[in-house]
Amino acid sequence: MVRPPYPDFHDSAPTRFTRFLDILIRFASLRRLSVSAVLTGVLLLAAPAAVFAQSGDPRWFIEDRANLLVIMLLTCGAILFYTIRATRGADYFVRKIAGISAIEEAVGRATEMGKPVLFIPGIQDLDNVQTVAGITILASVARKVAEYETQLNVPTSRSLVMTTARETVKEAFLSAGRPDLYNDSMVYYVTDEQFGFVAYADGFIVRQRPATCIYMGAFFAESLILAETGNSVGAIQIAGTAQPTQLPFFVAACDYTLIGEELFAASAYLSQEPKLLGSLRGQDFGKAFAMLFILIGTAVATISVATGGSLSGLMDTLNHWFHVAAG
Amino acid sequence: MFFRIWLPVIVTSIVGIVLVTALYVPHDPFGKLNGDFSEYFNIIAAFAFILGAGNLFKIHLDKIYRKTKGWLFSVVTVAGFLITLVAGLLKLGNTGGWEGDVVQPGSWFAIAYDSMFTPLQATMFSILAFFVASASYRAFRAKNTEATLLLAAALIILLGRTFVGYWMTAWMPDSLEFLTIPALSNWIMSVVNQAGQRAILIGIGLGVISTSLKVILGIERSYLGGE
Repeated sequence: MVRPPYPDFHDSAPTRFTRFLDILIRFASLRRLSVSAVLTGVLLLAAPAAVFAQSGDPRWFIEDRANLLVIMLLTCGAILFYTIRATRGADYFVRKIAGISAIEEAVGRATEMGKPVLFIPGIQDLDNVQTVAGITILASVARKVAEYETQLNVPTSRSLVMTTARETVKEAFLSAGRPDLYNDSMVYYVTDEQFGFVAYADGFIVRQRPATCIYMGAFFAESLILAETGNSVGAIQIAGTAQPTQLPFFVAACDYTLIGEELFAASAYLSQEPKLLGSLRGQDFGKAFAMLFILIGTAVATISVATGGSLSGLMDTLNHWFHVAAG
Repeated sequence: MFFRIWLPVIVTSIVGIVLVTALYVPHDPFGKLNGDFSEYFNIIAAFAFILGAGNLFKIHLDKIYRKTKGWLFSVVTVAGFLITLVAGLLKLGNTGGWEGDVVQPGSWFAIAYDSMFTPLQATMFSILAFFVASASYRAFRAKNTEATLLLAAALIILLGRTFVGYWMTAWMPDSLEFLTIPALSNWIMSVVNQAGQRAILIGIGLGVISTSLKVILGIERSYLGGE
């Protein structure tokens, strides 16, 4: 067998990866580490192997994406600027978000009725930022549940979400001073299959009749099935998603709905931490930027049509600025 | 503290920065790392699946053992899990033997999937039609001005998407074609609805950027355990 003149990391990376995993799981079980620490450790150790591998694209920069880079730098720069300002003492106002404010009331209602709280963090995996946003809200809900000594049920449709949600709930119960109330059966895995998961969640709602149902994360066709079933048992329902097609269903069937960006603002709103509140102001800068160019674009397009295409060059330039190249 | 919080934050930052860079720089090592990180995620998810299956098994066996309310459902779940697992692993009834495809027609696994799982999924999905009707009934009650506008828009769109809408305004002259129900329906969908959706999408896009940035920089750490 002829060996290549350089180490062939491309083929061997996954094998090395599984070896790392094996060693780390043993190490973790000895040190009683969290699963997320092990998994991230695996990534950290496996990454250098891939650095030396080659994929073959000769380009050092995709020039067609320069516009996207400028917009990204402007938006991220604004978010960082306001975050730093907030940490230095700047005070930012956040408007009331009814859906998040209602969480305490909803948990309180469940306590009074002696019924459980159902929390579903969407049906997507952790690589979806909506799931991460859902988990951050779960931390706050779990803290309230621990304070009120209520039952919490968190069925998940992904194993990684289950693992993360467990750690989040456990930590929340600990920070609320009630680690004795936590047990692993609060957060459990059901199935990856969309409608299998819905069948379980519907069955749970009909049989256990939870007083409060909270849906936060990425939802698809199951959104209305879940929300209508919850509505039929008289549960107070709070939903939040960034799936625009599912928002009307949640609005129609739930008591409160976090619309799009409100889902991502929830953690800042709940914690009132200056750094997180500052990032919201940065988002506002992005919105102002978008509004400005929508107005300019509308004016240019209107004038261009009214004057028989006199501003078509400017219109093309604007289109080019906001066109995203495929790569 | 280092292993629980900082190590995951460091790895998240490195992976996040590399993936963002790979969007603009396809040259190695970024191009290669971009593909590899996705592969690593799949491998981690596959290992985590064992955790999930183990958890499913443990919870339902516990319910059966304690005979808690609804324990018979747990029996069905465990039996279904085991039968499917054994049928798939041992490739029972597979005419191609060990080398045949696990979903080969006629195998026990394929029969279970096609004859039980798929119809059950379809049943759950079809419930949606009834829930759409009940939710629409509640949402479209003309309680106030906004709800009345919503009702009117919904009525135009419903009619505009059927032959009735066309038939009702077919008598209108060509010069007033923009007032026909199908034209109004299209206008509501492509102008009013689209504008609203785009506004929501811009907000979502900025929210995603902000959350991702907070996660990459370690400002947002709630997902690591409630901090």
